[in-house]
Amino acid sequence: MTEVPTYTFKDFASDQEVRWCPGCGDYVILRGVQKALPMMGKRKEDFVFVSGIGCSSRFPYYLDTYGFHSIHGRAPAVATGVKLANPHLSVWVITGDGDGLAIGGNHMIHAIRRNINLNIVLFNNKIYGLTKGQFSPTSDLGHKTKSSPYGNIQAPFNFGELTIGAAGQFYARIPDNNPNEMADIMVAAEKHKGASVIEILQNCVIFNDGAFDGYTDKTVRDDAMISLKHGEKMIFGKEKNKGIRFNGRQLEAVTIGENGITENDILVHDAHDPNPSMHFMLTQLQHPLPIGIIRSVEVDTFDDRVEDQVQGAQQRSKFKSVDDLLFSGETYQV
Amino acid sequence: MLDDAPAITNGQEKSNVKLDHVVIRFAGDSGDGMQLTGSQFSDTSAMLGNDIATFPNYPAEIRAPEGSVYGVSGFQVHIGEVEISTPGDDVDVLVAMNPAALITNFDSVSPGKTIIVNSDEFTAKNLAKAGYTSNPLEDGSLASYHLVKAPITKLSRETVKDMGLDNSSMNRTRNMFALGMVFWMFSRPLDYTIKYLEKKFGKKPEIFQSNVKVLKAGYNFAETLELLPSAFTVMPAKMTKGTYRIIMGNTATAWGFLAAAEKSGKQLFLGSYPITPASDILHELSEHLHFGVRTFQAEDEISGICSALGAAFTGSLALTTTSGPGLALKSEAIGLAVMTELPVVVVDVQRGGPSTGLPTKTEQADLLQAMYGRNGESPVIILAPSTPANCFDYAYEASRLALEHMTPVILLSDGYIANGSAPWLIRSMKDMPPINPAPAPTGGEEWLPYLRDEDSLARRWAIPGMPGFEHRIGGLEKEDGTGNISYDPLNHEHMVKLRAEKVKRVENYIPELEIDGAQSGDLLVIGWGGTFGSLHTAIKYMHEEGHSIGLAHFHYLNPMPKNTAEVLSRFKKIVVCELNLGQFATLLKSKFPEFNYLQYNKVQGLPFTVMELNNHFRQLMGLS
Ligand code: SF4
Repeated sequence: MTEVPTYTFKDFASDQEVRWCPGCGDYVILRGVQKALPMMGKRKEDFVFVSGIGCSSRFPYYLDTYGFHSIHGRAPAVATGVKLANPHLSVWVITGDGDGLAIGGNHMIHAIRRNINLNIVLFNNKIYGLTKGQFSPTSDLGHKTKSSPYGNIQAPFNFGELTIGAAGQFYARIPDNNPNEMADIMVAAEKHKGASVIEILQNCVIFNDGAFDGYTDKTVRDDAMISLKHGEKMIFGKEKNKGIRFNGRQLEAVTIGENGITENDILVHDAHDPNPSMHFMLTQLQHPLPIGIIRSVEVDTFDDRVEDQVQGAQQRSKFKSVDDLLFSGETYQV
Repeated sequence: MLDDAPAITNGQEKSNVKLDHVVIRFAGDSGDGMQLTGSQFSDTSAMLGNDIATFPNYPAEIRAPEGSVYGVSGFQVHIGEVEISTPGDDVDVLVAMNPAALITNFDSVSPGKTIIVNSDEFTAKNLAKAGYTSNPLEDGSLASYHLVKAPITKLSRETVKDMGLDNSSMNRTRNMFALGMVFWMFSRPLDYTIKYLEKKFGKKPEIFQSNVKVLKAGYNFAETLELLPSAFTVMPAKMTKGTYRIIMGNTATAWGFLAAAEKSGKQLFLGSYPITPASDILHELSEHLHFGVRTFQAEDEISGICSALGAAFTGSLALTTTSGPGLALKSEAIGLAVMTELPVVVVDVQRGGPSTGLPTKTEQADLLQAMYGRNGESPVIILAPSTPANCFDYAYEASRLALEHMTPVILLSDGYIANGSAPWLIRSMKDMPPINPAPAPTGGEEWLPYLRDEDSLARRWAIPGMPGFEHRIGGLEKEDGTGNISYDPLNHEHMVKLRAEKVKRVENYIPELEIDGAQSGDLLVIGWGGTFGSLHTAIKYMHEEGHSIGLAHFHYLNPMPKNTAEVLSRFKKIVVCELNLGQFATLLKSKFPEFNYLQYNKVQGLPFTVMELNNHFRQLMGLS
């Protein structure tokens, strides 16, 4: 192996004009990815970005890597083929809440449960952007959209719950306004062996502006979100005096120093715990909203198992060429 | 067809009768092991040098209720000293393991032919289940047949009573008794089957021993039985010298892909979702990981082909296998393959449709779906194998065309040839034509993702991992050359025409159409795909009788061979024979409107019989 060149984010920018709406959260994500790629220690030609259809799925065109803009919902399936054909590649799925959780929901859960070593980045803006404003599988109940003028009556998915329910081993959630932290999570996702799911809370300025303001607005964010770090106490708040504890039934936000609560009552985040129960509860917590890497557990991957089987069969088999097979077994002369 | 078959009458003295071909059908409950029985008989016959063709006919239900008519499973074997191209129309020997098997197969047996029944199963209950109001073994309705009543259940159980088998294992040896009887009738040795049983049951000696004992008991029973008047001999066929094996169509398809992967130096990838009658290709390739094959059983049909597209993008020889309903689900992704100009082979083992249709029966009604079943102008190459053995060649050819022309190829097999088996003069790898996949770009030249070969128009194939050729492809319309997204109206029209022209030019890379029988004259029979055996046999007889009849059988359906119009012009009448309502005829009419096309169509889930074809051709030629 020759040494990996030192790249900067410019090396990963393509010559294509970026066509998202001005102010779209996707720009920040693009910056986050372009920042993250040089930090991964991989050669540029070994990255493949696969997307489906939707605003998010234009992403591969804006990166100077191998890219495949496929069809609606199918990116995890295409990416699975890429990874199985060449497991050495770093394969990324770029998708959205409509693409990945509605039309492509089946591929999504199966990619996750197989634990194939893909990095799946889902831009969740809780709306259909490219088709101009219909509710999506993550839209809140009551949300008035073009296709729900009286309010959305379809209960939404929580992608974190879904990931862990599908036996996912890596799940991170991050808002779209912090490219540095986003880059760190992407690097961690790349390092993680297995299906790594990153949900990005992405603001669509045109059709669902401010969908996450309740969490991300400067005036509230320190108290509305909690940034989880493995091995650290789950403490948050402007004053760093709030925390999460387990009250025997569920998680709850508490204030240290009130009602006899001390720091000892506050949970320590263990992202590597194989038991997903705590991670599941964390994905369900709404106040504060956990962000960061919620779960990261390494178990065998599908692509490794495929390679093991192939190599094992190659070592054991008496067939060295197809001729050996064609003339094997019950043949006869005429 | 078998006019020379002996007219057997009851209770005659033993003799040995020579036949040039004979058709035997084994029929029983789907749990009776009829497929195994039939294939043992055909394999043994092939080893003795007979030409053979087989036709399994099994129900869609895995285990339908015992004794029911819809649970009847059949396996037909046609063996001959002469060339055998079909499993045969008329059954010479029917083995019926129960009343349901008799009633459902009775129509295929003409008076004078032999029917062997397991008389133990003709109980009041089973007769009622099959819909008989009186027992055909006793009411005289089979008087004009040579009826052999064998108490197969009783004798089999008696044979193994001391072997310590449980009740159902005892009953499961019955098929060996029937097989032993038929082996005796046709003077076949038992050793091939004994070897087979040893391999299959070697770890369970009591099962192995009891099956062998029952097989021999059946053989001896037939030998000593007064009711079986004749032993028949079918001499070896005059076949090209060489090494043969018996191969099933689906196996041959799988092996054709293995051969293409080795020849092209590409890794083989199969993304597939199980579906009848295509799953055997997935099973077979999954056995051969040692050739570096990656098989991926996906969560659905769409993932099957999309994973194949991912693998094609990454430089593999990529496949997906399916049947009609699955082809429908793959439509959008095939369009993506057309648009991105990636090589992928889609195997459609056709079955009766529409919708779920007749999953285990054959039909040729997916042709227009393959041709047009996508949004937009979306041309693909379409090929069809025509025999179980040449599934190997056309799987290989489909791979060659996909890899060399950077385009999807649909291979239209069908349930009839996929499950049928025949002797295959084994092709050696050194005799297979070269495959030169679209080249990767080299560093020294100017490179764009959609730069093309001047002659074939195939684009170059840069694959992830190659430094300096990072590029993006996708389903949006693209500018020629750069591949950049383009909504320019004139560019779109240019690209649509270019993709069509690319597929059309494949005609320069495929062989010309050949005619079987008369090279010009009165009647040209046109067929494609799995009907070859029946059409070939039908026209052969008539041509030998001196009639001016020829067969143009198409393996290349899109594009068609360059000399097609010229071939069509050589005959006074043209009849297009298909197991659908006229799909290929429709294509021919639109492509070559200057000719008149007659049609002969059948949509019963069954192949053509030679007899019905002959009758029809005679009518068309004014011979009857
Ligand atoms: S519609 Fe919304 S998601 Fe799409 S580009 Fe515009 S702002 Fe971004």
